[in-house]
Amino acid sequence: MNRSVLDLWVGFFVALGIAALLFLALKVGNLSSAHLSETYVLQAKFDNIGGLKVRGPVKSAGVVVGRIADIRFDAATYEAIVTMNIDGRYRFPKDTFAAIYTSGLLGEQFVGFDVGGDEKMLNAGDTIHKTQSAVVLEKLISQFLFNKAAEGQDQK
Amino acid sequence: MADPAALLRKLGHAVTERVWRLGFAARFFVAIIIYSGASFRRLHLTLREVFFSGVLSLLIITVSGLFVGLVLGLQGYETLQRYGSTEALGVLVALSLTRELGPVVAALLFASRAGSSVTAEIGLMKATEQLKAMDMMAVNPIARVVAPRFWGGVISMPLLAALFSAMGVLGGWLIGVVFIGVDEGAFWSQMQAGVDFRFDVWNGVIKSFVFGVAVSLIAVFEGYDSVPTAEGVSRAITRTVVTSALAILALDFVLTSFMFRGA
Repeated sequence: MNRSVLDLWVGFFVALGIAALLFLALKVGNLSSAHLSETYVLQAKFDNIGGLKVRGPVKSAGVVVGRIADIRFDAATYEAIVTMNIDGRYRFPKDTFAAIYTSGLLGEQFVGFDVGGDEKMLNAGDTIHKTQSAVVLEKLISQFLFNKAAEGQDQK
Repeated sequence: MADPAALLRKLGHAVTERVWRLGFAARFFVAIIIYSGASFRRLHLTLREVFFSGVLSLLIITVSGLFVGLVLGLQGYETLQRYGSTEALGVLVALSLTRELGPVVAALLFASRAGSSVTAEIGLMKATEQLKAMDMMAVNPIARVVAPRFWGGVISMPLLAALFSAMGVLGGWLIGVVFIGVDEGAFWSQMQAGVDFRFDVWNGVIKSFVFGVAVSLIAVFEGYDSVPTAEGVSRAITRTVVTSALAILALDFVLTSFMFRGA
């Protein structure tokens, strides 16, 4: 069996296809940047998660430190249990505050960690107790309207 | 013609014919799998088919991918600027290409470029009784002719689809960043934040693999099952393109509903 020009072309084609796949993986996808090798699990309970999605980011100081692994409903307390995979390089104090924020006006929602000052750190599997739910726009507007109405009555 | 009994007979004949062909196609698929050992032991047979269906499709795939990306860039920018979020152009272009357009459009092009020629080749071999001659020489035509063409298509399809998506992303980048002036950093970083390798890119690869199996099977089957006349072969080629297109779009719906059910 001899090498032929055809083999060269097929090799060129396969190399090109694999290069395209690598381009999609590294430049288009986030295989390189957000690949969390070692993670540990944290949980948080929220009254209302708004539009939070599985695989959404967990950020602290604006930096992605983990991903949301699972969202479940707790039938006993009527709360949402959010399970997060946190990058193993980062540890957070026990009194860390977990809140749900929105990036931009129409952006995705994410869990933000506001770090406290406790010297004890959260361990794998711990639950964050201090949480703040997602802002529901309707509630905010109705609150604003009620306040305005109350102001109007005071002035009479 | 208005005779209802004759009409019913015709309908019954058409249905039986289709079911018969479907069963034969399934048996044919199993036969290809069984006899495909030779196409890997004698790899040059398969490489030759990768050349004909893959390498020769490079031009149409890269150029169409580029143009689809250019159009996505223009249309995406036009819509996104109404909401003042033109930085999301990268995510829009990359997601629509890796998830849907890359695998589907590449498979449609592949079916009409490579699938039709495979059908024509096998159909003409049948019409000129080359397949029968091979049988006479104790060479199994499925192992020698059909299986290498099938595997050549299956190998080429995911690579072509990846190439299509990559060219499309470059096209979107060309329009968005180079011509319109979307911020380059935001374009790539939003894209990288929004596109997940396993969820988006890999599912696209799985899709294109499934399309590759479907298109290659349809192409070799239609050629093998064609009526061995000039008219029969030309009809078989038409059927390859039509059936492949329908199969790709239907399979795409099924796969999408499994993969992206909106968690």
